[in-house]
Amino acid sequence: MRYENLLDSLGHTPLVGLPRLSPSDDVRLWAKLEDRNPTGSVKDRAAFFMVAQAEKEGLLSPGATIIEPTSGNTGISLAMVAKLRGYRLIVVMPENTSEERRQLLRMYGAEIIGSPAAGGSNEAVRVAKRIAAEHPDWVMLYQYGNEANARAHYETTGPEILTDLPEITHFVAGLGTTGTLMGAGRYLREHKPGVKIVAAEPRYGELVYGLRNVDEGFVPELYDPKVLTTRFSVSSADALRRTRELIAAEGIFAGISAGAALHAGLAMAAKAVNDGDPADIVVLIADGGWKYLSTGAYDGTLDEAEARLDGQLWA
Amino acid sequence: MAIEVRIPTILRTYTDGAKQVEGAGSTLGELLIDLDRQHGGLRERLVDDGGLRRFVNVYLNDEDVRFLAGLDTPVKDGDTVTVLPAVAGGGI
Repeated sequence: MRYENLLDSLGHTPLVGLPRLSPSDDVRLWAKLEDRNPTGSVKDRAAFFMVAQAEKEGLLSPGATIIEPTSGNTGISLAMVAKLRGYRLIVVMPENTSEERRQLLRMYGAEIIGSPAAGGSNEAVRVAKRIAAEHPDWVMLYQYGNEANARAHYETTGPEILTDLPEITHFVAGLGTTGTLMGAGRYLREHKPGVKIVAAEPRYGELVYGLRNVDEGFVPELYDPKVLTTRFSVSSADALRRTRELIAAEGIFAGISAGAALHAGLAMAAKAVNDGDPADIVVLIADGGWKYLSTGAYDGTLDEAEARLDGQLWA
Repeated sequence: MAIEVRIPTILRTYTDGAKQVEGAGSTLGELLIDLDRQHGGLRERLVDDGGLRRFVNVYLNDEDVRFLAGLDTPVKDGDTVTVLPAVAGGGI
């Protein structure tokens, strides 16, 4: 396939069957390989749509500064888009994110401001909002509340999936900003009555939940629970185990959040088998495993990997 | 046997530091009332006006109870209930 430039090659990612992980011929799992995007993650879609929207609204002029709280992939995607469009990018990122992400961001020319590991992305959001308020000329795209994030998936991810698999019964993806699930979920619900939209939410170690009290929690502005059929909390152990199964059974080297989505997808598959229903379940693979090698997720036993992952943001 | 309830760090002041406590009941609502008898004040941190607080997520065997029947969700011996504060996802 030929494209005029890198950004034009966004999306249209492969949907591949998972015959070895599918429980039967009637209950099938499919993987939407979002690592096949320009910077290797699903976030390229949201980054491109958010920047394009800000340009359309006249918020960004050449040389403008973008600031964004992100634990990694969104930052890398924005760094690529910013580089190609001529903007300066500052990302606010929790300290407990992998070194690969930092190197990639620096290579793309982004500046990194660290936020405390305790509190995870909550803290990054807080810090970014504070800095943005001090610099009114900077533009915070704010992926957690930017409708263009969800719209990217409404206009691209959702239609791509339905075109490739009109018989889809379930769509399963990781829950972070909620953009993927809200956008693709809404599109699929509108065009495929009865489709089930399933969220797999990463459950981290204790450190990440280091809030001072429960009133300081965070729910992304984009989140609308009505779009979801159900929502699972997936432990690091389960996510890691499934990530390794993806490699072992299907040859797919995916990031850890893909393992979390697969875990929820397999639960849906087991339920379909139990109920005697046919199912075609799409699991979104948000990225490849490359950026997580230094976390030790793929080395040694599962228990060792889980211990190493404790306290790190893996999605 | 009983229902196992996992308590997040920020609420362990109510459970004398225990990560995990046990309770009984036929619904989540009953379970929380039983827990409050043992750990006074805990329920009020989780529930207001009869519903779960906005920034509190409760999972029954890893599934969000808001998508089951909320406080009316049936629970039984051997189940695991996990309480977590709502935090920003990685935003990968």
